[in-house]
Amino acid sequence: MEGELKELLSDIKTLKNSLPDRSQYALIENGQGSVQKSGGFVKNFIVKCSIQDMNAEVVDSNPYSRLMALQKMGIVDNYERIREFSVAIVGIGGVGSVATEVLTRCGIGHLLLYDYDTVELANMNRLFFRPKQAGLTKTDAAVQTLSDINPDVVLESYTLNITTVRGFETFMSSLRNKSFCSSKDGCGVDLVLSCVDNYEARMVVNQACNELNQTWMESGVSENAVSGHIQLLIPGKTACFACAPPLVVASGIDAHTLKREGVCAASLPTTMTTRWELLPGLLVQNTLKYLLKFGHVTPYLGYNALKDYFPTMEMKPNPQCSNSACLERQKEYALAKPARDAAAKAKMEAEAPSETKCLHEDNEWNIRFSAGGYHPRASKCR
Amino acid sequence: MEGWDPTTKSTLTQIPLLSVKAGPRDGGAWTQRLKEEYKALIAYTSMNKAKDNDWFRISAANPEGTRWTGKCWYIHNLLKYEFDLQFDIPVTYPATAPELELPQLDGKTQKMYRGGKICLTVHFKPLWAKNCPRFGIAHALCLGLAPWLAAEIPILVDSGMIKHKDDASSSNES
Repeated sequence: MEGELKELLSDIKTLKNSLPDRSQYALIENGQGSVQKSGGFVKNFIVKCSIQDMNAEVVDSNPYSRLMALQKMGIVDNYERIREFSVAIVGIGGVGSVATEVLTRCGIGHLLLYDYDTVELANMNRLFFRPKQAGLTKTDAAVQTLSDINPDVVLESYTLNITTVRGFETFMSSLRNKSFCSSKDGCGVDLVLSCVDNYEARMVVNQACNELNQTWMESGVSENAVSGHIQLLIPGKTACFACAPPLVVASGIDAHTLKREGVCAASLPTTMTTRWELLPGLLVQNTLKYLLKFGHVTPYLGYNALKDYFPTMEMKPNPQCSNSACLERQKEYALAKPARDAAAKAKMEAEAPSETKCLHEDNEWNIRFSAGGYHPRASKCR
Repeated sequence: MEGWDPTTKSTLTQIPLLSVKAGPRDGGAWTQRLKEEYKALIAYTSMNKAKDNDWFRISAANPEGTRWTGKCWYIHNLLKYEFDLQFDIPVTYPATAPELELPQLDGKTQKMYRGGKICLTVHFKPLWAKNCPRFGIAHALCLGLAPWLAAEIPILVDSGMIKHKDDASSSNES
């Protein structure tokens, strides 16, 4: 449209210059002004229009060109599958909001957002929210920004506290809802990301996911504000959040080491920016690997900002976990073991390398392939 | 229980402990738990009255017992300051303690989260977790709210953030 307006402007100019009668100039100049204004208007409104299919064409106007390249380079099979996935993000704060943006730009199919907080100027040290959004609920502000970035993503937002009885019920039913993709088995979502900032909310997400047998990832920043982590939780297979009580309870660490005198956790400026940008990146990377099945999905990845140390580990479930839903999932997982082992065996046999047929027995240049490796003495060149 | 002041400690030990491990979604078991909660609250209030330190009133705001409202007060320099108190019982109760709220003080102190949820000491959560499900609402008030009031109200009054209702503005306003 911009191009057409430019053409129109240049036509008007030509017309004006060809007019012998200057009395009409004012009228023409008026017209020119209107067209120029429209052009400016259109420029501000270049929106990304909804698209039908993701195409891999590497052109400026294709928002997915750089993502589809992952497929061309052989990292991901069928990148477009991302449009079928539904991810729930609990907590749209420093970590959660950035995670939603990254997933949106990646072309995720469906996002469910949960938060009851409002945007404030104090949030401006982190990415995503803008000062002019102060006063809006974080969910409304997020939908506003995300729908502009990529209208292809279906956004669902819930401004509620999931820890209350009513909030929890809404949370559960929204996860179960399969209206986005009715063919999914289990829940209506493929993954839940916990980006909350308190123990109580994590326990609630843990409860919900244990009951729904829903895989989820938890992210967090430690109380001493110098490290962060992401964790993958598969009910019954890995430890749930209640399996291992938080550090301070379990190892009897003097609680004072966690809180400096005079700094109340409520106002703790958890603002080490290296963490706030890094953690959502790690979280979404793990998410994409999980959804699109490439690379190794880490069960746990930590980040220690002071030492640049990235520990990983696996946490097995606690057979005496205090969460009864976790114990049930553990039982089910154990019962399903024979079926899993059989499936794994079948997969291995299917992938076993078969005898590769020799393509060229002979060739006119007498080139031979030696399976034994390089033998310097056999070389004819000296 | 290092780190707690002796009065809190001795009071706490006298509040009856609860036994039913049930949350608001556990149907009949929750009703049992509620009965125990009331018993503990009545016992705690009687103790307070006997010590001339009757400092709160709360009751369930809904028949399910998942929302509680009431008032608490604190005496500083011979003046009694009264505040509205409210909280929801979280779905993961009693594993997680209720988040006690003083909505009138929201924004007046750093020791508070959004909506007036009081910031508890570092000692509270580990102690609560270790004693689950024996601690209930009465214990949360004794271990959580009482020390918070004792620590914060004097500061708020002395700095002028809150005024007694007999002064020009009531304690409801800043």
